[in-house]
Amino acid sequence: MAIITYREALGQALREEMRRDDRVFLMGEEVAVYQGAYKVSKGLLEEFGEMRVVDTPITELGFAGVGVGAAMVGLRPVIEFMTWNFAVLALDQVLNAAAKLLYMSGGQFNIPMVFRGPNGAALQLSAQHSQAFESWLAHIPGLKVVTPGTPYDAKGLLKAAIRDDNPVCFLEGEMLYNIKGEVPDEEYVIPLGKADLKREGEHCSIITNGKMALVAMQAADQMKKDGINVDVVDLRTVRPMDTEAIYASVRKTNRAVVLEEGWEICGIGTQVVDYIQRNCFDDLDAPIIRVHQADVPMPYAKNLERAAKPDVAKTIAAVRKVMYLD
Amino acid sequence: MATKVFMEALSPTMEEGRLVKWLKNEGDAVKNGDSLAEVETDKAIMELVARGEGILRKRLVAENETRPVGQLVGIIAAADENIDALIAGAGAPAPAAAPAASAVPTAPAAAPSAPATTATPVVAAAGPAPTSPAPQGDAGNGGHVRSSPLARRLASERGLNLSGVQGSGPGGRIIKRDVESAATQTPAAAPTPAKVRVSSGADFDDVPLTQIRKTIAKRLSESIGPIPTFYLTAEFDLSRATEMRAAMLEMGDAFKVSVNDIVIKAVATALSQHPEVNAHWLGDKIRLHNRVHIGVAVATDDGLIVPVITDADQKRMSEISAETRSLAKRARERKLAPEEYTGATFTISNLGMFGIDHFTAIINPPEVAILAIGASHDVVVSTKDGFAVKQHMSVTMSCDHRAVDGAVGAAFLQTLRRLIENPLMLVF
Amino acid sequence: MAKKKSDVQSAPGAAAAQSEQKPSDADLNRDLLHSMLLQRRFEERCAEAYALGKVGGFCHLYIGQEAVSTGAMSLLRPDDYIITTYRDHGQALARGMKPRNVMAELFGRIDGCAHGKGGSMHMFDKSLNFLGGHGIVGAHVPLGTGVGFAIKYRGGDQVCVCFMGESVVNTGAFHEALNMAGLWKLPVVYVIENNRYGMGTALERASAIHDIFERGAAYNMPRAVCDGQDVFAVRTAMAEAIERARKDSVPTLLEIRTYRFMGHSMSDAVSGTYRSKAELDEYIKRDPIVLLRQHMQEHGQISDEDIQKMDEEIKAVVQDAWDFADASPEPPLEALFEDVLVDTTSDAMPAGT
Repeated sequence: MAIITYREALGQALREEMRRDDRVFLMGEEVAVYQGAYKVSKGLLEEFGEMRVVDTPITELGFAGVGVGAAMVGLRPVIEFMTWNFAVLALDQVLNAAAKLLYMSGGQFNIPMVFRGPNGAALQLSAQHSQAFESWLAHIPGLKVVTPGTPYDAKGLLKAAIRDDNPVCFLEGEMLYNIKGEVPDEEYVIPLGKADLKREGEHCSIITNGKMALVAMQAADQMKKDGINVDVVDLRTVRPMDTEAIYASVRKTNRAVVLEEGWEICGIGTQVVDYIQRNCFDDLDAPIIRVHQADVPMPYAKNLERAAKPDVAKTIAAVRKVMYLD
Repeated sequence: MATKVFMEALSPTMEEGRLVKWLKNEGDAVKNGDSLAEVETDKAIMELVARGEGILRKRLVAENETRPVGQLVGIIAAADENIDALIAGAGAPAPAAAPAASAVPTAPAAAPSAPATTATPVVAAAGPAPTSPAPQGDAGNGGHVRSSPLARRLASERGLNLSGVQGSGPGGRIIKRDVESAATQTPAAAPTPAKVRVSSGADFDDVPLTQIRKTIAKRLSESIGPIPTFYLTAEFDLSRATEMRAAMLEMGDAFKVSVNDIVIKAVATALSQHPEVNAHWLGDKIRLHNRVHIGVAVATDDGLIVPVITDADQKRMSEISAETRSLAKRARERKLAPEEYTGATFTISNLGMFGIDHFTAIINPPEVAILAIGASHDVVVSTKDGFAVKQHMSVTMSCDHRAVDGAVGAAFLQTLRRLIENPLMLVF
Repeated sequence: MAKKKSDVQSAPGAAAAQSEQKPSDADLNRDLLHSMLLQRRFEERCAEAYALGKVGGFCHLYIGQEAVSTGAMSLLRPDDYIITTYRDHGQALARGMKPRNVMAELFGRIDGCAHGKGGSMHMFDKSLNFLGGHGIVGAHVPLGTGVGFAIKYRGGDQVCVCFMGESVVNTGAFHEALNMAGLWKLPVVYVIENNRYGMGTALERASAIHDIFERGAAYNMPRAVCDGQDVFAVRTAMAEAIERARKDSVPTLLEIRTYRFMGHSMSDAVSGTYRSKAELDEYIKRDPIVLLRQHMQEHGQISDEDIQKMDEEIKAVVQDAWDFADASPEPPLEALFEDVLVDTTSDAMPAGT
């Protein structure tokens, strides 16, 4: 079992899938000659050539649409956005083309493609570069939305996303590229739509996804010292959502904290809480609490940014509150 | 900015309301939409809700007092806001308080009282003396026991009454650990044998007629009239009902219930478990009602009229008692609104007070059954150590055989017997 | 301000494509006439069906522009690709989609080409490489570029024809898509059907330049303009562009000047504040079907009886499509949740297939 970074795990997934299937190609800004804005595609141009590792102009709407068109006629594009913040320019192609063509054509045209790139806040990038988009995308029927939180998940899920015959939005964590984790040497694929129980405990469930899985695990490890044992349910895929995993955990612990990176209103957590209240109402011993970004554009100043972001301390406070400890 | 709480028109025809119970104490924080008080309208008990945020600073009406629609009954304001002028203005109806149901009076009180800026306490001009705050505790949250959904489920599974459990959660909320510790101290009650029925959540579900149902309907109609009726008679032991009535009466007049009230409550409860009887025959289908509306036959000078107690299964016995009396009284005064004597899903006819031992009543279509109640009477019964005198009551149910088979009717009466002979189950 | 046919001309740097040679091949011309007349009769009945409430939603008719679809499609191979806008009935029929399935789609029935899920604006036929009518103005142009990319990726010699209205040239998607096609030399023919109005806004009121084929210069792309009422002119210009894409993998921006005889959609006025009745009447004199018929009659390629007979046959085909659509069941309610996602994943296969 090798210990590699999240970035390397993604690069391995791309390389293995491009070797496996020559319909798969990578397209985006700075993916080829520059070796990737975040070096995820390092070395791919050399191995696969410029027809399969394609640098584009800065033209998100355009190359997202190029991907959809190529997918309509049988290729399997991986479209990299330098960040999901820029992908908003291409949202029409994701929403109105990729997600809808199968339905509008009465099942004739499925769109086997991946839109991927870093998502959410990094450090002091301010309002326009620090947004988490999973709730926007998860709103749309016809898409799958994947948010890996560890190197292991990143590799296994990206391979699954590339093999999936549907359009998959794959949201990586900008702050996660350097984190390290164990990744098996042998090939593996993680099915989309399956949550992962990253910590086990009986006192409370923390339901989370993406970058926040790490925060939840850190919170869980800290609380364990005080004798508080929590389940950390990492959804991994937010659409389709593994509701059974949520229910199983909440029915065990009778308490839930829902942690996400993005904003509060109509966020991923809103949906999780709705599923819980509909299906676990009689299992709840306390109201559910959500932890999320403050309901403001991300500020630049360090202290304000810290105050705006969800973190370990806020997560622990929420758990203690639903356990009636504070 | 203070928010005035007015007696609102909580039904289309309401002109005045009796404040049954305050659900908030003076000093409680309230939010927009919070229930402030229970108000009895001309039809039912409704909740008066807050139209603003702040502290319930003043309650201007005592419980059980009646006020016309539009009259100021309370004041919500910030903790430090001066509300003296508003109190002084109490008693004068709000000028904009039209009786229209949807009107929420918001205009400033026009009573010629001290200017709003006065700091001098002013005695209320025409309103009632302000009552002292209700004691903290149970009454403070309107008699509701705060508990988590899980606690309620566990209590119900263990047959535990939550009203006796001390809550350890925030604000006294009963949570899982409270139920668990209470359960170890209290012997579990017999599990309630309530039949679980999955309903659509609508007011009713239509069930298409099966072939066998159609054949039964056709053949039996050919045999007897348009409604092929059969009759089921049973005798119920009223001993415990009598004991309960006596015990309640000792607690005061407010707790007085009649045998009839108990019967209505029991029938309603039984119907909620036997939807086949709580039904309408509609010719091509049977409509199973998910709400229980009990018609109660009342004799008037003009003839029989059947006012309806809606959602009787959901109501407390005291509510049923008050409503029955009110309906019967107004029926005799011919003051019932049409919606008050239509829409029954099942009817009870009681001639016990006329000394009738037992009788058969005629089904009021499209209902599929009617229950005839006879007078209670003493009977001598054998017991294991001799004989005893028991109070019995005879009931006869007329059933429309197109919809209700004998066994179905009998099962209903069995449930009804269990409830009437163990009336504590009705208050559980 | 009415633009006359004399305005249709080539500009410096543009390849002029006028109809100098009119094919004398009687059979080909009969096929062209048949194709155009089928679109016309079909859409006349669409208008009727819309008025009767059998067709709902937005319904954009193509009447007046038939020479463009017929001229272009008549030159394509079965393995070439077509992608177009929401004004797509004409192109669907010209490509060979069955009138029955197109009409059933308009009626929202199970036998529609998209089983009633797409409607007027979204005709698709995978078996004909007809990649659909798309509803967001301009947004399908990058898809056309993507199809061109896929052709080049596989090393094929197919061509993608991407149709659009003239108002598309002002969208960012158009610019982004053509820039990449010009940059990467993709085998795509971008056909601007310039029918003079984007809904009710005249070209001159929307675009800073009026010879919009000149926009190709910005993408280093060969460009041309032709008369869209003359099916032979369309064929001449298209043949050149298709050849360039197929042989050399070079895209073309072709502006075809035509005119819409109907309102923007069935819910819009035919004329009014944005264009005059007089202008409309002037253009109707150059009805592409009438022009072709006259040409054939002048050259003795078709008799009045033949025309009469062809028209009767086409009307019968359209009536049959109507009856078929009317009798086709509505989609079952289970279909509501079908075709949102597929439940398959890939098995690796070579890209050449």
